[in-house]
Amino acid sequence: MNQYPLWKNILIIGVVIVALILALPNLFSQDPSIEITAARGSEVTDASLAEVKAVLENAEVPFKQVEIRDGGKLFVSFASSGDQLRGQEAIERTLSQRYRTALTLAADLPGWVRAVGLNPMSMGLDLRGGIHVVIDVDMEAALDQALERYVGDIRTELRDKRIRYQTLAREGSRILIKFNDTEARDTAERALSREFRDLEFQSLTEGGSAAIAATLPVAQQEQIRTFALQQNITTLRNRVNALGVAEPSIARQGERRIVVQLPGAQDPGRLKEILGATATLEYRLVDTENSVADAIEGRVPVNSRLYRERDGSPILLNRRVIVTGDQITDASAGFDSQTGSPAVFVNLDGQGARRMRDVTTENVGKPMAVVFIENQTTTEMVDGEAVKRTRKVEEVISVATIREPFGRRFQTTGLDGTNEAHNLALLLRSGALAAPIQIVEERTIGPSLGQDNIDQGVRSVLMGLFLVLIFMGLYYKVFGLVADLVLVVNLVMIVAILSLLQATLTLPGIAGIVLTVGMAVDANVLIYERIREEIRNGNSPQASIHAGYDKALSTIVDANVTTLIAAVVLFSFGTGPIKGFAVTLFIGIIASMFTAILGSRAIINLIYGGRRVKKLAI
Amino acid sequence: MKDLSAINELNIDFMGIRRPAVILSGVILLILLVVMVFRGFNLGLDFTGGTVLEVGYQEPVELSEVRAALESKGFTGATVQHFGSRTEVMIRLAPQEGEEASAQMSEEVFQALSEAVAGRVELRRVEFVGPQVGEELREQGGLAVLFALMGIMVYVALRFEWRFAVGAVVAIIHDVIFTLGIFSLFWISFDLTVLAAILAVIGYSLNDTIVIFDRIRENFRKMRKGSVIEITNTSINQTLSRTIVTSGTTLLVLIALYVFGGEAISGFSLALIIGVVIGTYSTIFVATAAVILLGVSRADLLPVPKEGAESGGTSLP
Repeated sequence: MNQYPLWKNILIIGVVIVALILALPNLFSQDPSIEITAARGSEVTDASLAEVKAVLENAEVPFKQVEIRDGGKLFVSFASSGDQLRGQEAIERTLSQRYRTALTLAADLPGWVRAVGLNPMSMGLDLRGGIHVVIDVDMEAALDQALERYVGDIRTELRDKRIRYQTLAREGSRILIKFNDTEARDTAERALSREFRDLEFQSLTEGGSAAIAATLPVAQQEQIRTFALQQNITTLRNRVNALGVAEPSIARQGERRIVVQLPGAQDPGRLKEILGATATLEYRLVDTENSVADAIEGRVPVNSRLYRERDGSPILLNRRVIVTGDQITDASAGFDSQTGSPAVFVNLDGQGARRMRDVTTENVGKPMAVVFIENQTTTEMVDGEAVKRTRKVEEVISVATIREPFGRRFQTTGLDGTNEAHNLALLLRSGALAAPIQIVEERTIGPSLGQDNIDQGVRSVLMGLFLVLIFMGLYYKVFGLVADLVLVVNLVMIVAILSLLQATLTLPGIAGIVLTVGMAVDANVLIYERIREEIRNGNSPQASIHAGYDKALSTIVDANVTTLIAAVVLFSFGTGPIKGFAVTLFIGIIASMFTAILGSRAIINLIYGGRRVKKLAI
Repeated sequence: MKDLSAINELNIDFMGIRRPAVILSGVILLILLVVMVFRGFNLGLDFTGGTVLEVGYQEPVELSEVRAALESKGFTGATVQHFGSRTEVMIRLAPQEGEEASAQMSEEVFQALSEAVAGRVELRRVEFVGPQVGEELREQGGLAVLFALMGIMVYVALRFEWRFAVGAVVAIIHDVIFTLGIFSLFWISFDLTVLAAILAVIGYSLNDTIVIFDRIRENFRKMRKGSVIEITNTSINQTLSRTIVTSGTTLLVLIALYVFGGEAISGFSLALIIGVVIGTYSTIFVATAAVILLGVSRADLLPVPKEGAESGGTSLP
């Protein structure tokens, strides 16, 4: 009696071993580190390793280790975050031309652990320090802007078709066009509804005159909103990447929010400047008449300017701008209907369309370039004073040949692949439709506070655990020690699952683990109290063990399922800290059911099972 | 260690004092409700919006100095207090008109502090929450509690019987109001982590309630003799040592968390400590009493014929 079949024991041992291995990386210390990647056009090699070492030694910054990891990334680890910051400064000062640096935390893992792909738990911002910003996207403004663009387009269309109107303006969420007579209105409605399929037109009489009201259908509004959010996320991601932080996270939250998380970052001021930067696009003709080589040597023609493409190669562009980014109303990636090659479809507003048509008619067969312009504001310390500098970054992102004259809607081909088409469309949109953003929540946690939080969190968990272990050992004797063992395994399993899922451990998360420790004990208490009861009722030791586990099972399941319900609700409704708590609570309950029911039974079976027992040490 | 199991043999007549207990609970709840309505809550930044800065000085610093530094730059109405030690200061500012202004404020405040006090000032933490976000969090929090209650009620009604579901939920509401009331009465800061704790209290209290309900159900099916009240009393007594041990160990952990966990989670652990104590009480005197007051009978819990073939109350869903 009370013996588990061999497979069950093996299964349990297997799970425990896997958990131990998964939890292993957490034993190694996490050092403040600098992640160094090559800037465009250079590479991280063994030479860079020596270079970085030399720079740090020169600046007398003590470091622990320099090594190249997972393909082209150089990691330098330090003993303290102070050394880390000074190290970054030194590297930035001398090597910033060829390398980019980012602050991060890197576990000091032995090679074989990393080779298997194991990682320690990722620490939340409250534990490792960093910046958390929630950005609100102004959806009303995005809709208003869209309507304003339609007003311009409608005006152009009416003018082109020579239809006379009295007034044309946006009134709240609709566009109202008034005409002299119903005949003009009807002609206009036919023309407009053919041209603007996205809008809904309605004929009516307003203030005694014939009028048309144009509105955005709900589906269209929804699309504009999704668009605005997606495009802002893209823009923000590009900017944050330029900020030099390892593992930045930019994610959508709900209908209109964007959460930006920068672990390890310490300067919220700089982040806000970068986030607030504006970007735009310009279309220019390529100057094919003059030599690029001459221009590089300083002989730039009067009507041209020298630009650089993304790969760094120079290109001469006409000084006159054809259209700018604010004239782009939409851009999407797709395929050229004739050749099937990847293409980007661009929509211009009325004014831009007219200009584009004029220029392209005159320049069929010539190349045209798209220039990406970004104004970045940075704060630099000059003689101890903070000085704000605005830097204009201009890059040619695409060059394509004009095949035929075009106007409001056109496509750009000659792209490298669907991926690039997609990116270009996003970039074009980034420049085009900029729904205003607002920072509505900001949390910055200094690295020292993060360390305090870890220390206190770990200390309180260990303290609580220690007290419980002692009590259980004293109160339930052998059975108590078994409970202690499975409780420790339970903790290891929580850590293992958190590491496996790469779920983020936060301070409330630690609290969740502490709570699970308390509750995991309950399952064992329920079982042991039942066993004692059975013994008091005069049952044999073996029968008591069997009945104890059996009868407590339904209670344990009922109790845990209800707590699981609470954890799931917390997870789905909570944000940030509550979510962190819910995750560990959920994982903890699952782990505790396994360890308390199966794990403890297996050990008790090994101790007492299948032999004559006179008395139980419980 | 001495065995507590003897306590189970005491046969304490818990249900005999169910009426005075219910009345006592009712009166306390009423008082706490009045307190909550008139006094409100010391809502934390998460719910009100505003800005909190935590700065560390190298030397102990006088709060009046910090206040003066703030006021000289036009930041009036700031709450300034020591946080943890005399070298650490927490500054809380109400939300400002216009969100953009608020987002920039933290830097200006820090600037003002760095200029005013000699020695290095370290920015340890900044939290800014827009008023809009604060309102949403309040709403979400309320919804979370509501949905948790509904989910639990459905589960208990399915596994037991509707009277038990009502009893469990009444006990939960009792615990939540009690914990909230204490936070209002002693003006303890109520933030998101406390809300998380309240939800954990719901889970814990329910855990406790389910254990006793399970035993009542089992005994209804097993014991041929005895009135509803007698069987309920027996059930509570049979699980009494377990109740004490579990509450005790959980409290041990929570007290460790409260004492060693630092300021950041003290509100959380305090809410849980109150919740666990109240949850244990409410299981016996609110949840079980409510089930009896609702007129549960042995027939309500007898297994339906389909389950009749199985043994006792230990079958799983």
